[in-house]
This record gives sequence, structure tokens and C-alpha cells, in this order.
Amino acid sequence: MTPPEYTYPDGALAFPHRGLVGIAGLAPHEIWFLLDEAEQWVEMNRGAQKRRELLSGLTIINAFFENSTRTLLSFEIAGKRLGADVVNMAVANSSVKKGETLIDTAMTLNAMRADAIVIRHASSGAVQLIAGKVDCPVLNAGDGQHEHPTQALLDALTIRQAKRAFNGLRVTICGDILHSRVARSNILCLASLGAEVRVCAPPALMPADIEQMGVKVFHDFDAALKGADVVMMLRLQLERMEGQFIPSPREYRHLYGLTLDRLELAESNALVMHPGPMNRGIEIDSNVADHVERSMITTQVEMGVAIRMACLDVLTRKGRKQEGWA
Amino acid sequence: MSLHAPLTITGGKLLLPGRTVQPGAIRCEGGFITAIGGDVTPQDGDTVHDARGALVAPGLVDVGVFAIDKPAFHFGGVTRAALMPDQSPPLDVSARVRFAAQSGKPDFWVHPLAAATQGLGGAALAEIAMMRDAGARAVATGRRWIGDSGTMLRLLQYTGMLDMVVIAHAEDAGIVGNAVATAGEMATRLGLPSAPSQAEAIAIARDIALAEMANAAIHFRNVTTAGGVALVRAAKARGLKVTAGVSPAYFMLSDLAIGAFRTFTHLSPALRCEADRQAVIAAVGDGTIDIVASGHDPRGPEDKRLPFADSAPGMSGAETLLPLTLSLVRDGVIDIGRAFDLLSANPARLLGVDAGRLAVGAEADVAVVDTERPWIVNADKMAASAGNTPFDRQPVQGRVLALFKGGVAVRTKKAS
Repeated sequence: MTPPEYTYPDGALAFPHRGLVGIAGLAPHEIWFLLDEAEQWVEMNRGAQKRRELLSGLTIINAFFENSTRTLLSFEIAGKRLGADVVNMAVANSSVKKGETLIDTAMTLNAMRADAIVIRHASSGAVQLIAGKVDCPVLNAGDGQHEHPTQALLDALTIRQAKRAFNGLRVTICGDILHSRVARSNILCLASLGAEVRVCAPPALMPADIEQMGVKVFHDFDAALKGADVVMMLRLQLERMEGQFIPSPREYRHLYGLTLDRLELAESNALVMHPGPMNRGIEIDSNVADHVERSMITTQVEMGVAIRMACLDVLTRKGRKQEGWA
Repeated sequence: MSLHAPLTITGGKLLLPGRTVQPGAIRCEGGFITAIGGDVTPQDGDTVHDARGALVAPGLVDVGVFAIDKPAFHFGGVTRAALMPDQSPPLDVSARVRFAAQSGKPDFWVHPLAAATQGLGGAALAEIAMMRDAGARAVATGRRWIGDSGTMLRLLQYTGMLDMVVIAHAEDAGIVGNAVATAGEMATRLGLPSAPSQAEAIAIARDIALAEMANAAIHFRNVTTAGGVALVRAAKARGLKVTAGVSPAYFMLSDLAIGAFRTFTHLSPALRCEADRQAVIAAVGDGTIDIVASGHDPRGPEDKRLPFADSAPGMSGAETLLPLTLSLVRDGVIDIGRAFDLLSANPARLLGVDAGRLAVGAEADVAVVDTERPWIVNADKMAASAGNTPFDRQPVQGRVLALFKGGVAVRTKKAS
């Protein structure tokens, strides 16, 4: 595969967006730019000195209206390694989950003069709603079943490091596509970069007309795996299933669990990915998840910090009056 | 006896039953139309209103509104509205129905719709006959579908006996669940909970079968899909007592409109795909759809300034009902006479009130309309109690210049 030649203009024109609400609306070269920006942070994070005072004096608020451990931690570490003051506001399951208070909370954060706000919310579109009400850049850390752009970017970075290029790359995404914001952002991101994206799920977990997003639809996992260069498994959200979507986790594993045997159907050097947290023994077997050569699952977590550092850096450049961006 | 002087509206183009338009005057006395035609002249002591060549049409009768919002109705030329039972508390006992029936008088008449089931819960039948005698003109299932087919059958048998029509919300609740959008590319891209549009056809098919068994009349308040209109069309061809309505949003907009998560486009039923929109237009044109109604449901920021799925459905529609329906006239789908059949005559007939037409003996609800006047919908400056319209900033044509309820002016505006 030949690496594509993505070039981007200088300064702010390379990423002329105020925030990061979704992958939708990003041009391929803008995605590429963020991936390139992240590389320096991958390198730094692997060294002994893991801090650069790039954002010192800036306040970043992580407003998580929905439970999260790893994404929250990843954003917190990213902000701190860039020297910013990071404040976490965990409001999941509290009274501010609904109602006018969402906008009120956003206005409050705005009045506290945050320099960037990272938001996760259980409702699709909530981040866009808040982004329209505040003065600082807003980063989407997952909104309902809509988008989770930093996850898609970190997945793209993981794939790029292993495979170099996306043109013609066959990526199979399997699992609960219907309820997955990770799937939506990854479809948009990978298709935009030129990969062939396959989605695989039982009909009840497949959104209507998803082929309009430029993917191939499979219900048979074995067929979807054939010739795949990357296998991306999604978490089966057991609490959401209630016997309505699948008969049982056991039956789900029977049809859609990624076992070592099944992995044989994919390309011999196919990568295995999972956004976490995993249900070991359901959507992915432990010996696949822990496969030293194939599993990229911990690399994904590593790339996550770098990507989030890149996003925080790029989006605050205007506020920091960086030359070419202010 | 009316305390007001008789009214004569002169110099207008009269929209007469039979869909003819002719120049002439109309005289109203004691709340009723007493004379109409080319040779009618004002008499001594009459209040005279010069229509200056504008269309003189029956006041609109709006079937299935969620709030009594007089300024919006008067702006839109609506003189009567059938109020949905989805109030707080619901219209499921006669006392509330009686109160609602009086709530608009004298310059606006409210025809309450009796809740079909207690608390609109879909389980136990409400006291429909008592509500009828308290002023309910029809029965409605509310925003919800009655999921239990046995309950729905017994309801239709009962309303059939009482000779009342059931106004049904046609969406299979099991398929719809918590959906806020129609399944399709747009809902998939936005990640909104969605349900297939066939939920409507399934509900309509069942309800038609039950209505036929019970020999009862049923009206589907919003028929919004190709599958739904096909079933209604077939039922009508078989001579069943089935009628259908629709709100302008479903012939003006498709689900593309929900693109920016704009909650003003969060409606119930959800906006459909383009093919469904075209099917609705065809159904209005061929007579399958009998009524166009606003579904007026003003909602303030506390209900609408929320993430899409958390917001309340509904739009403020009374002010745009007439101009959006007139757009079908301009597009050649219907003529002006049919437009007012959809807006006035058919809804009045459904409710069994002697209004909605300009004829001697009918109640003197008259709208003077400039059908061509252009204006721009502005959500910030609406007469309604909230401006939740998906048609914000949209140019439209057709405006009510003057409105008379029972021969008395409730709104006059000089034609410029």
C-alpha cells in the first residue's frame, strides 16, 4: 500500500474549526493534520519527561454528564501533560442530567472562563447544543449514539502506525452498531481516509440505511472477517439488551464473538482493536484480546492520550494567540 | 340575541360551498349568516367591513390542537379548534370537558375531544357519553396509540353506538418505543433513537380492521407515510367510515430538517422521508386526506432548549396553517375551494358543527384572506405563546386580514 499524500495549509487553515464536535464535517487532510500533530506527543509520552508547559495557565474543564473512567482519565492526563489546570466535573446520575440545567451548566462553565470544555453526555446532539452557547472550544468526548471523535482519531492513529496507509485497507467493525457512537465516528473517519469499512451486527443492532454512510453491511461475522486487515470489536452493552436485541450473551458469542479460530479468517497480520471496556468471553475471547502480535487494545489507550493532547493543543492555539492561529 | 350590530362584509370574493368563488357580500345577524351573494347590500345600522377584493372564506376549524392559544389562532384565521385531551390533567371527566368547552368564548370556540381512556392510559374506557353531553364533539386517543387491541375494539364499539368519531394517533407503540426520529440515513447519522415508518401503517391497518368490525367511524389525525395513505385510500374505496388528517409539516418537510438537531423539528409522529412526503402531497391532492390541521402545540425553551431526544415533540402551527396549505394551491395540487374544504368544511363536518362554510344559516365565522400577501415566518415574533416553528425565516404567502367569530370582529387589519 502506498501512503497517501495529504498536505495541509499553514497555520489555522490546517484546522479551521472552533471545536471538535464530530468527525462529520472534517476534511481528510484535517484528520491527517491531527494525526500528525499527535505523533510528537506519542514520542514524548514514551520518554521520562512527560510534561510540556504548553497550556500553562489555561483551565480545561472535563464535564462528564455520563459515567466514564478511561476517557475522563485520558483527557485529564492529556491536559495535565500539557501543563493546563484540569478540573473534572462528574455529574453523571446527578440532578443536572436533564432539563434547562444542561444549558445552565454550560453557561456556568462559560462564566468561569474555561479555555476548553470537554463534554460527554448521554443524549445525541447535546455537545453541539452546548458548543453553540459557550465562547471557548468544545471537545466532544461522546454524545449519546452520535459521535465520539477522539476515539475515532486514536483508532486511526493506531492503524496508521501499524499499517502506514488507509487506501484499500479493509476494516471490519463488529458489534452493537446501532447504539455505538464509536462506530459512527470510526465509519466517518476511516471512510474519509480511504479505507473499506465493513459493519457486522444482527439486524436488530444495525441502524437503518447505514450503507448510505459508505459501508458494507454484514450479518455473518465469518463473511465480514474474510480478508479483513483490521477487526474492531465493539462493547456489547449488556445493560441495554434486556433480551430485546439478542437472546443471551452466550448466544451472541456463538455468532459474533471474536475467537482465535475466527480470527484465522482475517488476513494473517490483521489487527484486533476494541475501544474498551471489554466483556471478555463475550464479544472477544481473552486469548485474542491479549494476543501479543495482533491485539492493539493497549496501544489504542496509549494513542488516546496523544490524540487528546493534540486536540487540546490545536483547539487552544487561537486562544493562546499562537502565531498563524490567532 | 346578539348585542352586536349586524355585520356586512362587502367588496370581497366569496368562497362558496361547491368551491365557487364569486364577487359579492355577506350579511351576518345574531351570530349567523343571513344573506350571501352578489346582490347583498348593507342595511342601516350594520357594521360594514370592506374586504377590498380579498377572499372572504369560512373561518378555519383546527382539529387536534394541544393548547388554546387565542392570539395564534386569531392570527391564523382559526375560529374553532378541537382541543386534544392531552391536558394536565387530561380531559377524561365531564367537568373538565365542560370547562374546556367554555374556555374560549365568546371570540373563539373550543370543541373538547374526550379522552378515550381514563388518564389516557390506554386501558380503561373513560366516561365518554357523559363527556359527550358536557360538550365533547369527538373522542381522541391522545398522543398515544391504544396498544391493547381488545380495548380499542370495545372503544370503537362504544363510540359507534354513541355515534362519535374516534380520533386516533396511529403509531404502533411497540415499534416506536422511545424513538424521536424515523429510521433512515438521517437518524442513523445523528445517532437518534429511531423507528421504522411502517409503525404507522401497522397501527392504521389494525385500527381500520377494528373500526370495520365495530362499524364505527375513525379519523387518523396524522397520516404521514406512503403505507398509511395507501391503507386509508383502500378503506375509503371500500366505503368504510375512515377519514384522515395531516399537518403541513408532513407535506412541507422531510427528515432532512432534523439535521442540525433542531428541536423545533422534533414532532410526533417524527418527520418522514422524502418519498413519504410526496405520498402525503398526492393523498391531499386525490382526496384521501380530508383535513389539514395545525397540531398547534406551543412549547417554550424549557421543553425545547434541550438535546433533541430529551425535548418535547410538537410545533406551534396555528399561524402557518393557512399559508402552508395555500402553498399546495400555488403548486397546483389543489384548488382554493379544496384548500378550505381541508381547513374548514371537512373539520366542521367531522366535529358535527354547523360552521366551516359560507351558507345562509351557518354560524358567521368568516375570515378575510389576502391569499397572495407575502410574509416571513419569524419564530421570535409570533403571536403564539411560543415560537417553536420549524418554518422559522421561511417566506410564505397568504395572510388573514380580518376575522369574525359569530359575526363579530375579533381581528381586523387594514389591507395595505
